[in-house]
Amino acid sequence: MSGKKEITVLDIVERYKDKKGALIPILQDVQDVFRYISKESIEEIAGNTEYAESDIYGVTTFYSQFKMEKPGEHNIKICQGTACHVIGADTVLDVVLEELKLKDYGTTADGKFTVEEVACLGCCSLAPVIMIDGEVHGKLTPDKIRSILKSY
Amino acid sequence: MNKIRITVGMGSCGIAAGAKPVYEKLDELLKEKNIDIKLDETGCIGMCYKEPLVEIEDMENNIKTLYGGVDVKKAEKIFNEHVLNGNPVEKLIVKSSDKKGSEEDLFKKQYRIVLERTGVINPESFNDFIESNGYAALEKIIKSMTPEDVIKEITESGLRGRGGAGFPTGVKWNFARKSKGDMKYLVCNADEGDPGAFMDKGILEGDPYNVIEGMTIAAYAIGCTEGYIYCRAEYPLAVKRLKLAIKEAVNKGYLGNNILNSDFSFNLKVKEGAGAFVCGEETALMASIEGKRGMPKIRPPFPAESGIWGKPTNINNVETFANIAWIIRNGANKYASIGASKSKGTKAFSLSGKINRTGLAEVPMGITLREIIYDVAGGILNGKKFKAIQVGGPSGGCIPEHLIDTPVDYDSLNATGAIMGSGGMVIMDEDSCMVEVARYFLNFTQNESCGKCTFCRVGTKRMHEILTRIVEGKGKMEDIDKLEELADMVKESSLCGLGQTAPNPVITTIKYFRDEYEAHILEKKCPAKVCKELIEFTIDADKCKKCGICAKNCPVNVITGDKETPYQINQDACIKCGNCLRVCPFDAVDVK
Repeated sequence: MSGKKEITVLDIVERYKDKKGALIPILQDVQDVFRYISKESIEEIAGNTEYAESDIYGVTTFYSQFKMEKPGEHNIKICQGTACHVIGADTVLDVVLEELKLKDYGTTADGKFTVEEVACLGCCSLAPVIMIDGEVHGKLTPDKIRSILKSY
Repeated sequence: MNKIRITVGMGSCGIAAGAKPVYEKLDELLKEKNIDIKLDETGCIGMCYKEPLVEIEDMENNIKTLYGGVDVKKAEKIFNEHVLNGNPVEKLIVKSSDKKGSEEDLFKKQYRIVLERTGVINPESFNDFIESNGYAALEKIIKSMTPEDVIKEITESGLRGRGGAGFPTGVKWNFARKSKGDMKYLVCNADEGDPGAFMDKGILEGDPYNVIEGMTIAAYAIGCTEGYIYCRAEYPLAVKRLKLAIKEAVNKGYLGNNILNSDFSFNLKVKEGAGAFVCGEETALMASIEGKRGMPKIRPPFPAESGIWGKPTNINNVETFANIAWIIRNGANKYASIGASKSKGTKAFSLSGKINRTGLAEVPMGITLREIIYDVAGGILNGKKFKAIQVGGPSGGCIPEHLIDTPVDYDSLNATGAIMGSGGMVIMDEDSCMVEVARYFLNFTQNESCGKCTFCRVGTKRMHEILTRIVEGKGKMEDIDKLEELADMVKESSLCGLGQTAPNPVITTIKYFRDEYEAHILEKKCPAKVCKELIEFTIDADKCKKCGICAKNCPVNVITGDKETPYQINQDACIKCGNCLRVCPFDAVDVK
């Protein structure tokens, strides 16, 4: 998509005009453009569709994909799948948090990284894994994690 | 030089292991030497532990050589020696049609139907699909079979739903066919949410057209005109390849209006999930397609009568659809001759955890767990002792060693307290704590409970709290009874499969590993030495060679020492991750 910044919530709503069950795709597109679902976006969707603000809020908070807070520049997903868990996902989390000076999942003070958990990335044979901005890094060791994080 | 084709495994596992730079290097070398050789990509070959994989096919002599663990340097070596000079690099061969590869055993007990083309064809190539019998089944039914014939064939094949419950597919289709409605929907459940399961991902990324062909045949049999593939957003590559395949199938007349110039029309769309495990449940999935919160509904009415927008809807899992074209091409009898008496055909499993060969395998039903673990998966990593195999994800259970000869079919697995589930198998060794594993799964289910049913919402939370208490060494003996009591109540009082099966990991671990629960409670000890509150790491000053590897690998930097002084762990700040224990080359780290 070129010229992302010019796209408005209204443009996105127009894409799904007269389409049934479009709320989730609308929210996905809004998040794609604005990186999160703001209160203002919810109001704007409600103002231009049949959905009530409460419905939109309900759907937004139900699905883990939707974020209501501005995320960091880079997204780090720590895989907590079974294979990663038995092989050491907790250590991976500890190292990432320690390196980024975070106490728990969330966004770093400088807004550079957001760390979140994901149930399973399906790359179990490379456990433990993390995904940074859509790219999977596997067979992690503390050293490897540190050098990966430094490359961002 | 012989006519050669080079293929690089580019499933998401392959890419994560570094297949892209390998592909780029080969591409660069081909351009540099200006040789006209086809460089292609393929889906998951199933040998995830040997990724990145590169195959050199000598097309004139029909010899395929598969190389494993290929990095950029090795790719260059293979190119120079094998591609340019015809001398295979023997020590890197993992499988070959004319030489001994190191990993041949992986395939000996496999029977590939749904994974027939994955890792063989380029999943983005329509021609590759057509050249490997693609769409032969769809052409056959449109020319010579009525919808009733198709349903009869599928019913006779004995195929049961691969999503977990194992309902006979033909019977399900027949219900949907007979259901009255001006339009009917067909849905493919590709919301593979079980942690530790990646079969459907392998199929979708490796052979998307096969799933689409299976769905088109189902639509013809049932009378559906609209269809959805509900795919997890965590599988971006699968979504991309499905969309591409749908577009191409429509262009070539195999999908859309008037398929193959008949009066049969079927339109298919991809719906991306938004991250909710419960949406794997069919009524929740339909609510999500309608744009609502994905919460399950009471059945009846069943989806076959009233599904999406109140219309009759038929839902099957990815793997179920992936079997359909094969059955039509090869006949119900051939399919029914494979597998066990009440579970016909094959099943794809994703194998992970503490085993030598992690990856994707498809085996005939009825094979034993022992054969899967030792013959297919190559046994336990580092020669450790097998403890349990977790089958069926958070809805399944942990099967212990004395039941390792259990045959893999729906009924035998149910009898152990586990379930077939979608096909994730995680193998655990002596270093896995079964109480901690139960806690892990309950943490998952209590997080993913949609909150509609009280027992699922609150009950799983209470169970998780009790399990947390036990792994922290604060449990009491009556906690075990309390867990069993709660497990019964959550099972009985939940509307959907999530709640009904959520207690299974707890029930099976109490049943088979009660001694571990008791050790945590009575002795305040974790026999597997996993539970952080119950263990302590120390460095034996006599054994320490002062190399500093432990300190370098400590995630919280609490190990101190130098070339003069043996290393020491600051117990107050230690997070007990066990890294020092794993990395010490001299066995100087003790865990108590």
